[in-house]
Amino acid sequence: MGDECIIEIEVNGDRQRILVPANRSLLDALRDNLGLTGSKHGCDVGDCGACTVEVDGQPQLACIRLAATCGGSQVRTIEGFGKPAPSAVQRAFDERVASQCGYCTPGFVVALELLFERCEDPSDAQLKDCLGSNICRCTGYTKITAAAKLARERRNGRSE
Amino acid sequence: MSVGKPSAKIDGLEKISGKAIFVDDMQRPGMLHAAFLRSPHAHARILSIDTAPALAIEGVHAVLTGADLPVNYGVIPVAQDETALAVDKVRFIGEEVAVVAAVDRQTALLAAEAIQVEYAILEGVFTIEDALNPDKPLLHEGRRKASNVLRRVFQKYGDPEAGFAEADVILEEDYFYPGSTHVPLETQGALAEVDGKGKLTLYSSTQIPHYLQRALARILEMPSKKVRVIKPHVGAGYGGKSDPFANEICAAALALRTGRAVKCILNREEVFYAHRGRHPTRMSLKMGITQSGRITACDFKAVSPGGAYASFGVVTAYYFGVFLPLPYKLDNLQFEAKRLYTNHPPCGPKRGHGAIQPRFALEMHLDKLAHAIGMDPAELRRINTVEANTETCNGLRITSVALEECIDRVKAASGYDEKKGQLPPNRGIGLAASAYMCGALHPIYQNDMPQSAVQVLVDRSGSVAIYSGTADIGQGSNHMLAALVGESLGIDPENCVVLEGDTGLTPVDLGSYSSRVTFMAGNAAVDAAEKIAALLREAVATKWECEPEAVRLQGGLAVDKHDPDRQMSFEQAAILAESAGGTLSTVGHYTPPKIGSRFRRQSVGPSPAYSFTAQVAEVEVDPETGITRIDKIWCAHDCGKAINPLIVEGQIEGSVYMGVGEAMLEQHDFHKGGLHRAPSILEYKIPTVHDTPEIVALLVESNDPGGPHGAKEAGEGPQLATVPAIGIAIHDACGVWLNDAPFTPDRLLKAIERKARADQKAAN
Repeated sequence: MGDECIIEIEVNGDRQRILVPANRSLLDALRDNLGLTGSKHGCDVGDCGACTVEVDGQPQLACIRLAATCGGSQVRTIEGFGKPAPSAVQRAFDERVASQCGYCTPGFVVALELLFERCEDPSDAQLKDCLGSNICRCTGYTKITAAAKLARERRNGRSE
Repeated sequence: MSVGKPSAKIDGLEKISGKAIFVDDMQRPGMLHAAFLRSPHAHARILSIDTAPALAIEGVHAVLTGADLPVNYGVIPVAQDETALAVDKVRFIGEEVAVVAAVDRQTALLAAEAIQVEYAILEGVFTIEDALNPDKPLLHEGRRKASNVLRRVFQKYGDPEAGFAEADVILEEDYFYPGSTHVPLETQGALAEVDGKGKLTLYSSTQIPHYLQRALARILEMPSKKVRVIKPHVGAGYGGKSDPFANEICAAALALRTGRAVKCILNREEVFYAHRGRHPTRMSLKMGITQSGRITACDFKAVSPGGAYASFGVVTAYYFGVFLPLPYKLDNLQFEAKRLYTNHPPCGPKRGHGAIQPRFALEMHLDKLAHAIGMDPAELRRINTVEANTETCNGLRITSVALEECIDRVKAASGYDEKKGQLPPNRGIGLAASAYMCGALHPIYQNDMPQSAVQVLVDRSGSVAIYSGTADIGQGSNHMLAALVGESLGIDPENCVVLEGDTGLTPVDLGSYSSRVTFMAGNAAVDAAEKIAALLREAVATKWECEPEAVRLQGGLAVDKHDPDRQMSFEQAAILAESAGGTLSTVGHYTPPKIGSRFRRQSVGPSPAYSFTAQVAEVEVDPETGITRIDKIWCAHDCGKAINPLIVEGQIEGSVYMGVGEAMLEQHDFHKGGLHRAPSILEYKIPTVHDTPEIVALLVESNDPGGPHGAKEAGEGPQLATVPAIGIAIHDACGVWLNDAPFTPDRLLKAIERKARADQKAAN
């Protein structure tokens, strides 16, 4: 099955040493090597955002990032957020029922968490740009947008 | 009180935290992975298949071809025209020809490619004209009638000829509605395993665990009781997971063959070939109306090139016509619908199944008729609304209707009266209405058993378990069940655990299709919960030496209604009842009422209740580019009763969104030779947040007498009016009618140019 390599990678704060074929995606490494199945296969070509994770502080589509290029990186997946209690974004998604089937949800949550880490108080347009990287087929983005705004208000100590 | 209360879903955080397990998230020791070899030809005879090169590859455990799975099946009993793998012939590009099980997916894919197939290419059947041409080859030989027409339906009610004679205005036009596909974010996936006694368990992303169990038993020639289907979390369906699929059957067959667990997950491209989406439909509509706005007659024709297999296509052909007398009074109707076989991936049921296409034509048509008689189109709709407790000309029994209220609410919210015809140039507003079923009275296979059953078990800890065969695919049916049981028992739905979609453990439910779940499973849940509530009240009443009717279950307590200070916890009540009568468990069920029809053939279409919707779209068109921007859509939906208003709003918003996609972007379309034009999420255009307008959901509650606490459906009906509302708004904005959807920039530009030429000619 071609070349394999061993990479050292920090995932959700834990140092991991994994053996991956050279052509394995970061998504498959997370799911198959490490059992972190919260990040999803939606398209495998970077179209849908269901696999969004954080790599070295940046949002990345794990389905089109080779695991072999992630040696020494710090990766955070949906499993790395909201521990032990749900985050502000997760609580807002729950309260607004922004998750229907839930398959796209981890990608949206990670994308928003990273936006809020980069930008404390994003404008509506910045929120929309962030949500524009991911596809949801259930909600019409209405409740997702409402949840994103609720999380923003709460994080900034404002009530909505 | 949990009914009517906006609240988070009982399983919301599980999904939001990434803990929810979908079938692709499951692993088994020694599990094999399956991959398909698919047909590169649209229509060809299979002369030979050589699987030896695949079997020779290290890591390959089994290869199956059509010869291994020869039993025909199909979701509808009268159209059993599919096999899991092509037998003798392939009928569309992308059809499954062989399947390989190997140690990993990459090996399985490589091995599938190594299989050698010799084909003799046949002439393809790609268009309506091809399919109706008796000189073209047949897709399916050996049918009773040698034809590529799967089903022709003709029905006539009242006296259409007399109706047209009465009309002051008669309008006849053609319309086209495009094919589209569901694109659930989770692709179809299945994992099969066999226990030591040969019992098969299939985990699958299905909307229909019960029908799938029956299909697997038939195809694999096993008794049903040795087949268990479990639906884990499902990444949505919208109708796209309502058939038995090749990946499910092959995973099961490979697990039986190898004795190992086998996973078979489709990739995104393969989902476009599995399809079962919206039928592209060419329509012709003739309607008559009096000057006062009474619709006198309707003559509708629809023809649909539906792909290589039937799927639900027979039902689609009926649905094209049977819902036409909703939501407006119509005494004289005739329709003819044809569902054809063509060499494309099969169409099937997509949200608003069979009703979306005629609704588009009819609503656009109605607006044109309103203009012709000089009546406000919203008023024309309002005065024609069907009334409660009546029967349509084709025998559909109408119970509750709140369409007038929907029209009034949506007009008020959108400022319709102030905007209609008054907006600046190139801005427009349009209103459309619709109705949809709340489940089918008749199950897919004829039987007199309940369509849905729910078991409730109250534990001495005070927790409540709900067992149901329902398939929550994201619509929130788990929460619906918990809210209804919680309401009967006076407890928070959070104290309920729902175990659902497991044919081995849960009582039957026919599945998530035709918007049946809230109405049918909801009624079954209330039935079971009320029975167990009676046991609890009786036990408490014995202790308190009062009448059981005096005991109220509310707020997690049992309370004496005559002496509210006398109370005990729900947990104590449960302990009393369990001590008195043994383990607390009841079963409730729902069997649709036997509604006789005056019409012998009317078995497809009748529902115990119908939902109603009115919708307004506001748009702006750019006459230079032909681009339409939808600013906002308001949708008022008569859902009967919103058990959880947040979930109902979400269903409405999602329906409108899907309508926006079909109106503006989506085309499940093929090159001339049957090759899919856009089998990826990038190329098959689906709306992102940037393409989606603001959506305002308005809940209207008519409290249906047969629904659980009055509830009807919300998951499909709201999509029906979206496309015509947008089309009507485009006309209001720039004066052109687009009779063909989607409303793409090139179509709009051409129409604007045509209108400019016609206007100039008229001016000269």
